[in-house]
Amino acid sequence: MASVPAGHGNVPLPSSTKAGSSRSPATLLLRQLFRRRLVVLSFLIMLAILAVALLAPWITPFNPMKMDILGRLKPPTAAHWFGTDEYGRDVLSRVMLGARLSLLVGLLVVVVATLLGTLLGLAAGYVRPLDGLLMRLTDALMAFPDILLAIAFMAALGPSLYNVVLALGIVYTPRVARVVRAACLVVREMPFIEAATALGASTPRIVFLHILPNLMSPILVQATFIFAYAILTEAALSFLGVGVPPTTPTWGNMIASAQQYFQQADWLILFPGCAIVLTVLSLQIVGDGLRDALDPRLQKAK
Amino acid sequence: MLVYIVRRFAGMMVVMLLVAMVVFLIARVVPGDPAAVMLGSSATPEDIAALRGRLGLDEPLLTQFLLYLGQIVRFDLGDSIFLNRPVVQALAERSELTGLLTMMSVGIAMLIGVPVGILSAAKRGGLVDQTAVGLAMLAASIPSFWIGLTLIKYLAVDHAWFPVAGYGPPDADLLERMRHLVLPAIALGIPNSALILRFTRTSMLDVMSHDYVRTARAKGLPPLVVVLKHALRNAMIPILTVIGLTTAVMIAGAIVTETVFGLPGVGNLIVSAVLRRDYPVIQGALLVVSAIYVLINLTVDLLYAVVDPRVRY
Repeated sequence: MASVPAGHGNVPLPSSTKAGSSRSPATLLLRQLFRRRLVVLSFLIMLAILAVALLAPWITPFNPMKMDILGRLKPPTAAHWFGTDEYGRDVLSRVMLGARLSLLVGLLVVVVATLLGTLLGLAAGYVRPLDGLLMRLTDALMAFPDILLAIAFMAALGPSLYNVVLALGIVYTPRVARVVRAACLVVREMPFIEAATALGASTPRIVFLHILPNLMSPILVQATFIFAYAILTEAALSFLGVGVPPTTPTWGNMIASAQQYFQQADWLILFPGCAIVLTVLSLQIVGDGLRDALDPRLQKAK
Repeated sequence: MLVYIVRRFAGMMVVMLLVAMVVFLIARVVPGDPAAVMLGSSATPEDIAALRGRLGLDEPLLTQFLLYLGQIVRFDLGDSIFLNRPVVQALAERSELTGLLTMMSVGIAMLIGVPVGILSAAKRGGLVDQTAVGLAMLAASIPSFWIGLTLIKYLAVDHAWFPVAGYGPPDADLLERMRHLVLPAIALGIPNSALILRFTRTSMLDVMSHDYVRTARAKGLPPLVVVLKHALRNAMIPILTVIGLTTAVMIAGAIVTETVFGLPGVGNLIVSAVLRRDYPVIQGALLVVSAIYVLINLTVDLLYAVVDPRVRY
């Protein structure tokens, strides 16, 4: 940690001219991460799904909302690669649009859970009197199975995309909070924190500028896994009819609305299901890879 | 030991108190008047006022919570608004199916997870190990409802080997009912077997790196004896923990699986309660399921001492 005198802005340090070598922590991390081919592959799949999600409105082969009653429930053909659904809508286009919605929910859940969890975890880890209370609270929230707590929140909030985000965000907050607290307890005892305190740094400065940057790796790993869980749980909620309103084609909703027809038209559940599995699987592999890549550095720090 | 049990029990009561608070608040954060929401748009103001009185909604929040706690202590979870019966009774009627489903799923998950996990650890790094770990990751990424629908399509519709849905006629015997639960139990068991497999593998690998295992090997004991007798015993604690944990997770997973297979269990009760906004049922089910969840975790902790004589509290 190159510590610039407090209060002065970002003075470019002379060391940055040191041949911009590939020794930056980010480069090291990526090099570690991509040592395994499976992780590289999963990362590429993740990027591809993300690209589809971002570009969906412009690249779908058909209008995902356009109905064609004569062409309903048609199996996959050269024109409609994934077949058509009960209203004759193109399943491929809807799976692509579904990527946008399902990933949006997943990402927003990650943002909510990470923000709330980090704040709670830092409070519990740094402000000793709060620790007991906050940890019992996370115990209580973790005493409910994920899906059940999410259903209960949805029952109270009513079905909407943002309520799903809120409900799942709260459900996954304790996981982040516990990881952040545990790591914070370790970092706060390190000599450089003592040094910062001795220099008269304020509590917010110590917590957010000195402790938080050192907690980024465990937070990043948790965030990746929560992304995966959120996509799975959102799909289950929507499937049950208590998640995102059924008119919004998330992957879970597509499978839910296919329930009446899938016995004759299995492509209706096959493709959205594969989309979920592929996304969640590549996220989990990347999460595992991240954890392995970050672990040796943590051990070295100890 | 007794001191430990008492302390753990006290800790559990604190958690349950907080759980009760969360459950209580869930029905109070409903936007608008809960009584009006429950009765729907056709309700008259008199009906709403009557229900408010019956639910005690006109009291201060703390009084309401204390009244609620008093009810819970007496095992009274209130009355369902739509089913015209006490919540406890509604839950009891549905619990046989969900209990049976959970037990069968745990059985399937254990039968897959534990042996494959042991094999995987014994053949670390080999083809079997890599395949098993890969498949476990895949299994953990598949939504159980999707497995359920796929099983229905290929094993029940296309081949008629299993019933498509339902729980059989009311007078069906246990074997017939279990036949109806085979596909649901597989759908629920497969994703959860992944967790058991990974924990078993990690736990076994950990134990097998100890010196005494190397000694056992060096003595010339057959590998099977070393793995199953020497290593497995000490690897049991984490395995037991994860089995307890998955059991609890599966009770909740049953909510989704019961919907897929049209089974009239607790999960089905919860989902229809949510759709009808039958808050007493939602609250009661939440409370009971999380109590079971917490109890299972406690039991697993206490079982440690039985499995491992070294553990003394």
